[in-house]
Amino acid sequence: MQHAIVIEHLSHRFNSRYALKDLAYEVRQGEIFALLGPNGAGKTTTIRLVNGLYTPTSGRINVLGMDSVRQGSQIRQQTGVLTETSALYERLSARENLLFFGRLYGVPESLLLKRTDEILQFFGLKNRESERAGAYSKGMKQRLALARAFLTHPRILFLDEPTSSLDPESTQQVHELIESLCRQEENTVFLCTHRLEEAERLADRVASLNSGRLLALGSLPELTQQFNHGLWVEVDLLQPLQNDPSSLRVRGVIDVQVSERKIRAQVAEEEIIPSLVATLVAQKAQIVSVQPQKVTLEEIYFKLQSQAQEGAV
Amino acid sequence: MNWKTILTIAKKDIKEASQNKAVWLPILIVPAIFVLIIPAALIVGFSSAGTALESPLRDPDFAMFLNRMPPFMIELIRGLNEVQSGIVLVLGYLFAPFFLIMPLMFSTVIAAESFAGERERKTIEALLYTPATDAELFIGKVLAGFIPAVLVTLVSFAGYTIVVNATAYPVMQRLWFPLPSWYPLVLWVSPAISLLGIAFTVLISAKTQTFMGAYQTSGSLVLVVLALLAGQATGVVYLSVLVGLLIGLAIAVVDVILFSFAVRAFNREQLLTATS
Repeated sequence: MQHAIVIEHLSHRFNSRYALKDLAYEVRQGEIFALLGPNGAGKTTTIRLVNGLYTPTSGRINVLGMDSVRQGSQIRQQTGVLTETSALYERLSARENLLFFGRLYGVPESLLLKRTDEILQFFGLKNRESERAGAYSKGMKQRLALARAFLTHPRILFLDEPTSSLDPESTQQVHELIESLCRQEENTVFLCTHRLEEAERLADRVASLNSGRLLALGSLPELTQQFNHGLWVEVDLLQPLQNDPSSLRVRGVIDVQVSERKIRAQVAEEEIIPSLVATLVAQKAQIVSVQPQKVTLEEIYFKLQSQAQEGAV
Repeated sequence: MNWKTILTIAKKDIKEASQNKAVWLPILIVPAIFVLIIPAALIVGFSSAGTALESPLRDPDFAMFLNRMPPFMIELIRGLNEVQSGIVLVLGYLFAPFFLIMPLMFSTVIAAESFAGERERKTIEALLYTPATDAELFIGKVLAGFIPAVLVTLVSFAGYTIVVNATAYPVMQRLWFPLPSWYPLVLWVSPAISLLGIAFTVLISAKTQTFMGAYQTSGSLVLVVLALLAGQATGVVYLSVLVGLLIGLAIAVVDVILFSFAVRAFNREQLLTATS
């Protein structure tokens, strides 16, 4: 497995306050990696460090084989960043914005003109390319900022809160664009977000940060296994259960909660569900539906964050 | 150092600045006042006063100034009548420091837009994520203030030469302007004072969050010009070719010192930390 980014014992301090504390993880090439955390967790600081904008207080960052401190400019040549605010030159047109940034990346002029046309078309901005960016709606500005980040076909695309200020329609549009860009180019994407559904939808792996510390890292199934033991199943009944709920504690059933015509049972794994249902049938329970409850990233996230608050992690 | 990158940044900053009314309005109005209105009004004033008693040359302060003049200035007005002498001394000599207001003002207003304005609008972050190095960004932004300031000053000088010669021709009967002392002023002191304005604005911009704040604070530099003007009018300093060269050199030395501080203030980490 090749790594796009390798972070080793990374700490960064602003005056006496640690923004990041002893982080160590890798981002794989070609994956969508999401960094989750509340405001101030250190997500934007991480992007700045990885791109060589800050010098780490301690530790090392290797990006595509280059050192972030010594080779910041070369790293930035290979990356594209969508900043938290769209950071567009509002007095310049959409086209002028893209051409300016393309030139700073040293893209040859003829290729730049071709790519600018293509990308404006792809992002649905071609027919308004000559308008000042300041006249765009929030959603259009975000699309233009994303177009700018993607203009040079970066090997690593950093997206800092890509949908934080967007309405649901624009959010959906940006998500689709990100997914489609990744499918086309097989890029590595480093996504910083506090929108959990966004990470759940887009990311291959997630890392959770709190106050600059790494709380957990893995794919959603891995994190589920790691932090949410078992699986909840909801069973709806036609009539309330007659027997003692403890009778349902067959092998593999961890917990049972009964209320009127609903049973919630925590089972160790999916394979236990048929035996639980068989037990209920044997007790003549009239089952209406059996619904395994999918563990969401949100549940895991809040569990991790609250553990971090309590100092348990 | 990639000069293509530097020029791309400079061009973009000039283009952005040219779309800000607070930037281009003074660049239009100030030369109009200094190049057209004031010189034409003064020459018309002198010409119509003739050799009458109301001639400014009869003013006791001015008479004292005339008496104290060094030989190179006496040479300037040798053989000229009162009106001609008045035109030469006021428009060819005393007016010269006013001309320094232009490069100073233009360089500071564009630099304030380029450095503080970019931070104020939070566009600086996207710029810092590009491969451009700190040095390329810095030089590009300095040139964005320097090139227009020097160009507008040169164009204004050409315009002033035409206006002064044309308006005064009926009185002077010859093309008498520019005087030798103007060459070091325009070609040496003006660029130096433009850089002074920029370096000062960069330092101010590190502490000020807004374009207007940076521009207004940098405006205090006009005191340098006023000091020169007062020095000349009171006879403390006479702007000869040599004095012009020395003033330019002194400003250049200050430029080097200020820029050494400005360069240190301009790095990615500091720019971002101050912004966020």
